[in-house]
Amino acid sequence: MLDADFFRRWMAATATAVDREADRLTELDSAIGDADHGSNLQRGFTAVAAVLEKEAPATPGAVLTLAGRQLISTVGGASGPLYGTLLRRTGKALGEDAEVTRDQLAQAFAAGVAAVGQLGGAQAGDKTMLDALLPAAEALASSFQGAADAARAGAEATVPLQARKGRASYLGERSIGHQDPGATSAALLVEALAETARDGGAEA
Amino acid sequence: MSGAPQVGIVLVSHSGPVAEAVAELARGLAAGGVTAPVAAAGGLPNGGLGTSAELIGRAAASVDRGAGVAVLVDLGSAVLTVKAMLAEGDELPENTRLVDAPFVEGAVAAVVTASSGGDIGAVEAAASEAYGYRKT
Repeated sequence: MLDADFFRRWMAATATAVDREADRLTELDSAIGDADHGSNLQRGFTAVAAVLEKEAPATPGAVLTLAGRQLISTVGGASGPLYGTLLRRTGKALGEDAEVTRDQLAQAFAAGVAAVGQLGGAQAGDKTMLDALLPAAEALASSFQGAADAARAGAEATVPLQARKGRASYLGERSIGHQDPGATSAALLVEALAETARDGGAEA
Repeated sequence: MSGAPQVGIVLVSHSGPVAEAVAELARGLAAGGVTAPVAAAGGLPNGGLGTSAELIGRAAASVDRGAGVAVLVDLGSAVLTVKAMLAEGDELPENTRLVDAPFVEGAVAAVVTASSGGDIGAVEAAASEAYGYRKT
């Protein structure tokens, strides 16, 4: 079972991964975006880790809802409302249980991913974070590591795609050949989840 | 419509100066009486480019007179941030609407309509109709 502490550790692991990869995310974003993805997410997840430590929400749902809210208020770019909606909707779908199963998380996460699609109006293949999140949500029903692998593969598969959403879409064909920064950071989030599960001894 | 509360207008841009200037332009073009409350929420609190939920929330609260608040946005994260805030339910005043409109023309139409006492529906319609003004 996954408790509030597991979700706090997931968010902390994501903050660490975003810190480590911030330069790479910004570099990817300078190719097809406005070169602020790494620093924006760094600011956002640093604030998330801080607020979770300070307020220590008691349930998995409350941890993710607070984290999402914090991202929306601190990021300053489109990744704020998108990741904020993902976590907040996932948190709301988890309800008020003190502990949840991986299956419950997989279902809630799928609802969160669907909310991201609705907010941004993007679909699979548009070269966005959804290209990592959609396969991850599906694979999470089977295992944490499978979700991480699916997210990473999905992010890498955005390289040959032409962007159809966001600022990168203004580049048209020139967006082809670059890995999408949003899909790349989405893979970091899901990889941090698998890492947290592994370190905490949760089943696969 | 004297005495009735007016609809508030919030202008959200990635740039602080753009939001302020469009607010100024809309107020100027609506002049000739009591102007509806207009607030700019541009850029980040530190003055950089971007969208700030904090500034948007503060701007919306400052123009809320109880008749609703119409929010006009430029693009990208401005659109997504307001939508995400509306989905939350408690971060913006009651009866706040994201209005689908061109930023500059829509702002002028919204302020003129709100200043003449139009309700939130009329303000939204006037701003959206600004998409129809052909320039060629």
